[in-house]
Amino acid sequence: MMIGPIGFATPWLLAALAALPILWIILRAVPPAPLRRRFPGVALLLGLKDDDSVTDRTPWWLLLLRMLAVAAVIIGLAGPVLNPQDDGAEASRGPLLILLDASWASARDWPTQRDLLDGMLAEAGRQGRPVALLRLSEPEEPVFQSAEAWRSRLSGVAPRPWAATPGMMARVAATLGSDDFETRWFSDGLSHLGREQLLSALEARGPVSVYQSPRPVLAMAPVELVDGALRVTAHRVQPGASRDITIEAHGRDPAGVQRLLATLPLSFDTDARQTSGDLSLPAELRARVSRFEIAGQSHAGAITLTDDSLKRREVALIAGRDDREGLELLSPLHYLEQALIPTADLLDGALMDILPANPDVIVLADVATLSGGEQTALLDWTAKGGMLLRFAGPRLAASDVSRTDEAPLMPVRLRVGGRMVGGAMSWGEPKALAPFAEDSPFHGLAIPDDVTVSAQVMAQPDPTLADRVIAQLSDGTPLVTRKRVGDGQVVLFHVTANAEWSSLPLSGLFVQMLERLAVSSAVAQPKAQDLAGTTWQPVRVLDGFGKLIDAGNLPGVAGDRLVSDDIGPDLHPGLYDGPDRRIARNVLGPDAVLEPAAWPARIPVTGLTRPAEAPLGGWLLALALVLLMGDILASLALSGRLLPARAALIILTALMLPDPGQAQDDKAILATSEVVLAHVLTGNAQIDNTVRSGLAGLGRTLFFRTSVEPAEPIGIDLETDELAFYPLLYWPITPDQPTPSAEAYAKLNAYLRTGGMILFDTRDADIAGFGAASPNGAKLQRLAAPLDIPPLEPLPEDHVLTRTFYLLQDFPGRHTGRRVWVEAAPPDAEKIEGMPFRNLNDGVTPVVIGGNDWASAWAIDSSGNPMFPVGRGYAGERQRELAYRFGVNLVMHVLTGNYKSDQVHVPALLDRLGQ
Amino acid sequence: MTLPIAPLRSRAEAEAARLPPLLARAEHLAGAVLLGEHGRRRSGLGDDFWQYRPVQPGDSRRHIDWRRSARSDMQYVRQREWQIAQSVMLWVDNSASMNFSSDDNLPQKSDRARLLALAVAVLLNRAGERVGITGTLPPRRGNAQITRLAEVLVRESDADYGSPDMRGMQSHGRALFVSDFMGNVDPVRTALTSSADRGVQGVLMQVLDPAEEAFPYRGRTIFESVAGTLAHETLKANALRDRYLERLAERKAELRAICAATGWQYGLHHTSDSPQSALLWLYRAFDRSMGR
Repeated sequence: MMIGPIGFATPWLLAALAALPILWIILRAVPPAPLRRRFPGVALLLGLKDDDSVTDRTPWWLLLLRMLAVAAVIIGLAGPVLNPQDDGAEASRGPLLILLDASWASARDWPTQRDLLDGMLAEAGRQGRPVALLRLSEPEEPVFQSAEAWRSRLSGVAPRPWAATPGMMARVAATLGSDDFETRWFSDGLSHLGREQLLSALEARGPVSVYQSPRPVLAMAPVELVDGALRVTAHRVQPGASRDITIEAHGRDPAGVQRLLATLPLSFDTDARQTSGDLSLPAELRARVSRFEIAGQSHAGAITLTDDSLKRREVALIAGRDDREGLELLSPLHYLEQALIPTADLLDGALMDILPANPDVIVLADVATLSGGEQTALLDWTAKGGMLLRFAGPRLAASDVSRTDEAPLMPVRLRVGGRMVGGAMSWGEPKALAPFAEDSPFHGLAIPDDVTVSAQVMAQPDPTLADRVIAQLSDGTPLVTRKRVGDGQVVLFHVTANAEWSSLPLSGLFVQMLERLAVSSAVAQPKAQDLAGTTWQPVRVLDGFGKLIDAGNLPGVAGDRLVSDDIGPDLHPGLYDGPDRRIARNVLGPDAVLEPAAWPARIPVTGLTRPAEAPLGGWLLALALVLLMGDILASLALSGRLLPARAALIILTALMLPDPGQAQDDKAILATSEVVLAHVLTGNAQIDNTVRSGLAGLGRTLFFRTSVEPAEPIGIDLETDELAFYPLLYWPITPDQPTPSAEAYAKLNAYLRTGGMILFDTRDADIAGFGAASPNGAKLQRLAAPLDIPPLEPLPEDHVLTRTFYLLQDFPGRHTGRRVWVEAAPPDAEKIEGMPFRNLNDGVTPVVIGGNDWASAWAIDSSGNPMFPVGRGYAGERQRELAYRFGVNLVMHVLTGNYKSDQVHVPALLDRLGQ
Repeated sequence: MTLPIAPLRSRAEAEAARLPPLLARAEHLAGAVLLGEHGRRRSGLGDDFWQYRPVQPGDSRRHIDWRRSARSDMQYVRQREWQIAQSVMLWVDNSASMNFSSDDNLPQKSDRARLLALAVAVLLNRAGERVGITGTLPPRRGNAQITRLAEVLVRESDADYGSPDMRGMQSHGRALFVSDFMGNVDPVRTALTSSADRGVQGVLMQVLDPAEEAFPYRGRTIFESVAGTLAHETLKANALRDRYLERLAERKAELRAICAATGWQYGLHHTSDSPQSALLWLYRAFDRSMGR
């Protein structure tokens, strides 16, 4: 039954309202209960008769108050509900197809959408309608089954980082079958090709309604490098009022931690659908940016990943011949500079000055001999991944470098003198280039006809020569040779870097060859034909919510398809690794245009939000309670028993909530009068109990062995309890424990900063390796992300934890995982002469992270016996003993800080004392 | 049989603690009066020198005043003024109806009655009179008597309303009756008439609670006496007020009339008023009745 927006669960209860007038009469007739009073003067009253046999009537307003209370109870029990969701009554009972766009744009409202979907499925379940759930971004044949089955799978339905292509829509339309059904389409708000056809196919089978979030879709085009600045472009789908957004550039800081590196405020003008801005960053910073995103938008379209195209390589140019001033075109470096300036940062200077800057590429143009020191340093740099690019020239030809033995910095041995072809004093024509072999990095480049070589240095035939040639002349003599040195490589062009010996530097091929050698990097995305024949392996891919996840075993992608294909199930947006470079594919291409979805007028489109069901019964019953309280006060006042003090007390009691402060105070007093070990309550009673018993066991051990005499351990609710009283917080990780609120995190951070220690225990023996996919590890990562935790390292052998009370090197609990993580030692920690340990962190590590389930090893029951078996036999008991020792060391470490560490100073102190 | 010690001790202490404060308060109250002009008049009355007379046979040697005798050859006996000490008998109503106070800030009527009676006893004792309690304590002098008085005064009875006890009343003595006189008035009339017959004069002090004067009650109420023997139910307490006050006034007038007929003095005290003024009034009333 509905009255306005209010429905009633049990409307027949309202009939009881008819009894109210009767109640009125009865209440009026019955006098109020007499009051008993002690009064010595009663002797004088004896025999006095009341004038009026009718009692004091209950005042009408008190009656009204009581009536209202009773009415509130009756209505409250009738189960009133504001905005009840029973609109399914008029809907058909047939099968229901729920169609989700499930694209990246849907991700922005996915939780709302899922809630609505859940409600819809629940309703369909109540009505017994078969339901099929279909994601357009991942089309499959619709399967009609019970709504409950879908509901159980709902949490696994996630948006994909691409939108449905016309092909997918056609596939869906083809699999719809012939039965009639109702369709509810959750649109992502974008226009997609092929939607009209699918819509008409659906309309042929039943009514179609559309649910679409009114929130605007914001998306971001790939960032381009324009004139040294990053050109950031953002799109929005619905033009409207002006709107400010913030672009964030994320990347790793020098310590390798993901941070927000820069922000750029952008603003959409009124009715503008696109805005862009330039972000100028220093080259070093720019190279570290790994992704840009629109702040506050959690979907894949608001993120663009960066790849090598934003990184400008540093190229050092060194020529052997600097004495010919003014002859620019003859300069050995002129053409290189011209080719590299648009795409690379050029370094100029002496070799030994440049090497510490660690350029990506060093070009030696006609440099023959290097000093011993230079050669060693250069070799070292090359072996670490540098690329040494050498060009021949008169000097190299004239020198004895790599003549008899192959020089370490030359790919091949050289013959004396080289050769001249096609010159005035020689026979033959200048030689052209032969097509590049398939295994050459230049494979696929077109060779212009006008590239000729008239002079070159000649390679000595060697067994290894054939492997090292990557380009040769039409007569088979090597033109470019390459040798791997460690992680780097040495490449020799057998011609000069200027146009003296060949016309190669004059041609576009020269630039392309440099690109292929990764001397320079392409500014724009590479063309499909550039990448033909290569295979690119996905490294990290985006999911629909814009989270970078490991690509896992996704198959590699052919190079041409990587560039030309649309993002889809076969081409996830993400980072792809190929030969010598990395390419990012983003959800939006550089020239993407987003159009808002246009639905025909006959299709009803509703938003995702509907007024929530609000049961009013509780409020009405509470109102009745308040009215009855008022009745008590009024009755007391009427009978003269309401003294002011008593009234104030009653009102105060009514107003005051049960005071948690008292319990809090008791806890605080308990916690501060003794040393108390505390553990975080996870909500899992069994684990909480185990940890509590564990800390009790550890406390007993401490009591027996050390001067620390802890009281009973205390379980801590992070939301409500004060943390400052506890030196050590044991935090067992369960996958389902609630994530603390922001205030709790603030409290935790304050606790960590002021010297508290948290022992995180994932209790999974670190099976999956640290931070990997074990559910506890993942939960720990999520829990600890907002915490202010310094860089960590596995517990080093000379950490103070290994010797605060016992000398320990293993830290077993119930498991014997080796790795326990503590705050990393400062990089400048040094071992002091004569001391077995370094002068490490001057303080207590704020966190200790491990997975050895120490609490279970420590746990004792009420009679003092171990609760859980550890290991087997004597070895197991030994392991338990070591677990206790670890606990003792930990508590000692917390309580004494760097006291043991200070022993490094003992020799110095003794020295100073003159002993 | 072993009694639990702690309850016994605490009860004993609680009992013992009741006496000294009452005594102290009574002494304090009496002391305040002695500072006034009336007190000086009677100071040292018991010590007044009367005469020295020569020793006669039959005199105890203890009575010889050696100082006077040393100045002559004769022995003298020091005689004091022959004092006719009055004996004042107190009757303080200790029935349940006195254990009533309408407000936590007000003392119970019994408390005020005891205080006044004991303070008067202290004053009279200093004035050399003998003070006793009707029925239980014969009149004597001295500080020990004050303690005994206090002991007897704190006793309580279970009866709802008390009636004056005339036992031990001496002829031509003086008497002080303190009560609320809410119960039957006939015993009072009988007591006063018979005392007047025996030449006993005294003071009737009615102690009332303010609530008994104002009757601030409303609504349907059952009034019960303090001991619970009497009860009266009314539907409209406020309607009874006028008639109750009328009856109270009648009662006061009746008491006053009895007093006038028997030569007693009638006083009214409310527990909300200061005990000091009541004590002053009592003291003067005794002054008058002592016939000076």
